[in-house]
Amino acid sequence: MDLIWDGIREAARLWWAGDREIIEITLRTLAISSSATALALLIGIPLGAVLALRRFWGRGLIVAAVNTGMGMPPVVIGLLVALILWRTGPLGRLDLIYTPTAMVVAQLLLSLPLVVGFSLASIQSVNPRLIGQIWAMGANRWQVLWLLVRETRLGLLAAVMAGFGAAISEVGASMQVGGNLAGETRVLTTATVLETGRGNFEVAIALSLVLVVLAFLVNLALTTVQQRRFVR
Amino acid sequence: MLRRWILSLRILGLLFLSVALLNAACASEPDYNADQLILATTTSLNDSGLLDQLVPIFEEETGVSVKIIAVGTGAALRMGVEGNADILLTHAPDSERELLIAGDVSSRTLVAYNDFLIVGPRHDPAAVTGLSDAAVALANVRASCLGGVCEFASRGDDSGTHKKELSLWAAVDISPSELDEDWYLEVGQGMSATLTVANQRDAYTLTDRGTYLSLSDNLPNLMPVVEGDSRLLNYYSVLPVSGSKGRINALAARAFRDFLLREDVQAMIDNYLVEEYGRPLFIAAAGDSESAIAARGGAPR
Repeated sequence: MDLIWDGIREAARLWWAGDREIIEITLRTLAISSSATALALLIGIPLGAVLALRRFWGRGLIVAAVNTGMGMPPVVIGLLVALILWRTGPLGRLDLIYTPTAMVVAQLLLSLPLVVGFSLASIQSVNPRLIGQIWAMGANRWQVLWLLVRETRLGLLAAVMAGFGAAISEVGASMQVGGNLAGETRVLTTATVLETGRGNFEVAIALSLVLVVLAFLVNLALTTVQQRRFVR
Repeated sequence: MLRRWILSLRILGLLFLSVALLNAACASEPDYNADQLILATTTSLNDSGLLDQLVPIFEEETGVSVKIIAVGTGAALRMGVEGNADILLTHAPDSERELLIAGDVSSRTLVAYNDFLIVGPRHDPAAVTGLSDAAVALANVRASCLGGVCEFASRGDDSGTHKKELSLWAAVDISPSELDEDWYLEVGQGMSATLTVANQRDAYTLTDRGTYLSLSDNLPNLMPVVEGDSRLLNYYSVLPVSGSKGRINALAARAFRDFLLREDVQAMIDNYLVEEYGRPLFIAAAGDSESAIAARGGAPR
């Protein structure tokens, strides 16, 4: 029990003192995970819309693949990305292994299926007659997509939260493709693993608290946006 | 329908073209990234913090940025074989010699040594404290722990420490991982994680002295029980990966090897955290040999 209190006290102390390393790690974590989420939204929402609105050969297979991807273990994605980005891998020449970019790629692959899945579900729940009407009014496909996004923002914000949550909380892939390099690719989760291994439980608890508070604040902001129109 | 097919084919074509162009653009650059050195090393060395002190000096002097990838020695050696690291810093002499013979590394040079020790619960339920034969001590640990009074935490990760532990078991004809007995825990993680498990579970374990000393504040339930057997000496060598592996920064790798062997750096290795622990974590060994060190019983030159 002492250890837990020590951890919480240490967390407060590190934050109060503005510990540079923790702040750097926190900012890096935010930058990497929000880039990954943003890219996942950019690719995932249109993809989800296509899957929701079009019928084509192989659609069922893709949807099944997306659903599988929603529960993909991060270490599997990490191994895949590492195999591709290692020097001797197919894209080794890009020298991306052990860089934040590699981590963004891995986290993007993790959150993409969640974003696609949530978008697909929420867009599919829109009344098809409404979509028919929008088309009939002469909207082009991007205008249709935009209107759909506005119509389904409740579900899409859930997609944002799920995607961001998956990206920021995973550790296996970040460890493998980032290498947990101090000052370069160390993020909150990998730093927590390192400090736990080193037996520095107070610091590990402090890092975990930062991660939880961060995730909470981001979700609080998103939830506020999501619920604004509905709760008066 | 057909039009859409043609469109998607076009997009696919564009994608392939851009990947091809990207590859071509990269191919015209030098074959490796001269500003970057990938150092694959053991978790035990990394956890000690020694590299955090030495590497920035090298980076400052040469402008080469070093990426330290801390994995088990087995994985580090494999990264060398595959050409995914430029230089290795490991502690498994037999496996390292195999790489040298196979031509995977261009050289193997002793950098430093320390020793392994068996640590265990303070009340020492297996009563092995002070035994001079490490393998016999392990046999006793098994005999006592079979009765359920203790456990042994193995790295179980093909690391240098794990290889050393297995060679000690082999010396008393025990292969614990095949026995499937409850007292033998295969942790499958780094040294510090394994020590933490041992501390929590009141288990014995084999550890390098560097990691044990640097963590001992966090390991209140453990104490050293067996040390001083010459088989417990722990040799760290530096192995630049052979340039024939392709895209290897052999120049920086040699520079880093020479850096580690330099007199002032060797002195830093000798003095690392001596004040804090009252004894050295590592003993510098440039120009020394394993046989000479073993003959001295591990005493410094």
